[in-house]
Amino acid sequence: MRSRTAPVFPFEAPPDLDGRERHYPVAVVGAGPVGLAAAIDLRLKGVGVLLVDDDGTVSVGSRLICIAKRSLEILTRLGIGERLAGTGVVWNRGKVFHRDDLVYEFDLLPEEGHRWPAFINIQQYYVEEFLVERAREVGLDLRWRTRFESVEPCGDGLRVSVGTPDGPYRFTCDWLLACDGAHSAVRRGLDLPFAGRVFRDRFLIADVRMRAEFPPERWFWFEPPFHDGQSALLHKQPDSVWRIDLQLGPDADPEEETRPERVVPRIRAMIGGDVPFDLEWVSLYTFRCRRLERFRHGRIFFLGDAAHQVSPFGARGGNGGIQDSDNLAWKLAEVLQGRAPAALLDSYEAERIPAADENILNSTRSTDFMTPKTPAARAFRDAALSLAHDHGFARGFVNSGRLSVPAVLRDSPLSTPDAEPFGGAMVPGAAAADAPFDGGWWLDRLTGDFALLHFGEGVHPRLATHRARGGSLAGRYDGRGGTTYLLRPDQHVAARWRGLDEAEVDAALGRARGMA
Amino acid sequence: MNRADDVFEALVAAHEGLDDEASRLVNARLILLLAEEVGDTARVLDLIREAARVGRSPSGGRSGDSG
Repeated sequence: MRSRTAPVFPFEAPPDLDGRERHYPVAVVGAGPVGLAAAIDLRLKGVGVLLVDDDGTVSVGSRLICIAKRSLEILTRLGIGERLAGTGVVWNRGKVFHRDDLVYEFDLLPEEGHRWPAFINIQQYYVEEFLVERAREVGLDLRWRTRFESVEPCGDGLRVSVGTPDGPYRFTCDWLLACDGAHSAVRRGLDLPFAGRVFRDRFLIADVRMRAEFPPERWFWFEPPFHDGQSALLHKQPDSVWRIDLQLGPDADPEEETRPERVVPRIRAMIGGDVPFDLEWVSLYTFRCRRLERFRHGRIFFLGDAAHQVSPFGARGGNGGIQDSDNLAWKLAEVLQGRAPAALLDSYEAERIPAADENILNSTRSTDFMTPKTPAARAFRDAALSLAHDHGFARGFVNSGRLSVPAVLRDSPLSTPDAEPFGGAMVPGAAAADAPFDGGWWLDRLTGDFALLHFGEGVHPRLATHRARGGSLAGRYDGRGGTTYLLRPDQHVAARWRGLDEAEVDAALGRARGMA
Repeated sequence: MNRADDVFEALVAAHEGLDDEASRLVNARLILLLAEEVGDTARVLDLIREAARVGRSPSGGRSGDSG
């Protein structure tokens, strides 16, 4: 089994080094999954965008690993969905163990008629490599080894200073997107504090290369028999790499615990027998559940880990960040291209702060369940675990991570409330559910503009009107005759009616563009 | 509650010979089972608040009563 070599992206001297200040409508800092997704999305929408990153390669280690269905849908719109799904390990099922006992199994996607599974596992470096290749394909101005230094107001926009191997330069932009992660240089430059909790328990992550016979499922142990800590997690990744997370407790010494002499016996105890394996990557981490008070500061937006951080249990970090990008890119395009007032951009916070809070709440609760802080908390946890085998209801209490689902933007100012009763999950603010459609997939028709889904013969003169009848699409959208949905460029439901009335659609469209 | 003395006796008997940790676990299991039996989430949350309130607030403290 070979180990992989990370690609090296060289620095290329940009014309900006001539000292003349150029202007870019949008500048993005940080070429991780979130920054790359945002910049590609903007580029596909015809917005002038510059992406800078202080590094010259992709992420080391599996890190983000679990890509949720919604992220796959978003990344499919950006052009790398097929490649991700073709490379990643598909999984829908999981098992939860307590000591030696299987407590229960779950299946996240028991329903037929979805293009993508509940999750794929894939190393973050693959996600970044595919996005970088896609960025090149679409002609994105992506500058490596270009370090963000500072930003200051400049007329109606911003002036940004960066440093490169060939020296510094400056440029101006209308909007700056900070996608530069938990240690965001942009955030530090603005001296913005995080509010939230830091957890004391240390966790060991290891990427292990081996030929093993475990199925492609999420396996989680409470009080595993092979490890003296309180929890363990096993995930399969591509290239025979397995991701293992072991809870070590609050007193673990980071330097000591990442030495192979310490790590190898722990892995050996877990996988058992004499399966040969190689350690590909080891890291010790603690985590935080916290966010910035505001995600927008004037002309600067914060996305992903730069704005909010969660524990890894639930796969809500990277997947939440990709939804941030999906939420903001179309709004910037609408404003920069004159279809919407700048007030539309206020809705980024109105929609994504509640979404971040939902992720933080879920991830905090999972962490509290796994690391009980008091004897009473531990008793309730152990009670739920010991009841779960015989009493189905108790499985609801067992929390090994509440896995990422798309945020429903419930109180969005951009949504038009229902005037008539509807069934099903496609409430205003929900991400559109996929379904088979016309020999393909429904979401493939929603390519980044406002559009209508109409169960009837009507048509809107200025909006793409996709006509449907029957099938699982009608089931998922409660689509009896005449029903019409207005969908946003990010595929979220803006409004719905039991008929198709041009004036009603136009009013909802105006509202979805921030003109309410 | 009918047969309150029987229930009380059974509660105490369930903990006989258990150390604190095992005792806490029995109680925690019982609470989860009873919560499921009640079924109504809002009601369960009310009861949790009530259990935490009694003895803490001046009006609810009855621990000194000896009637």
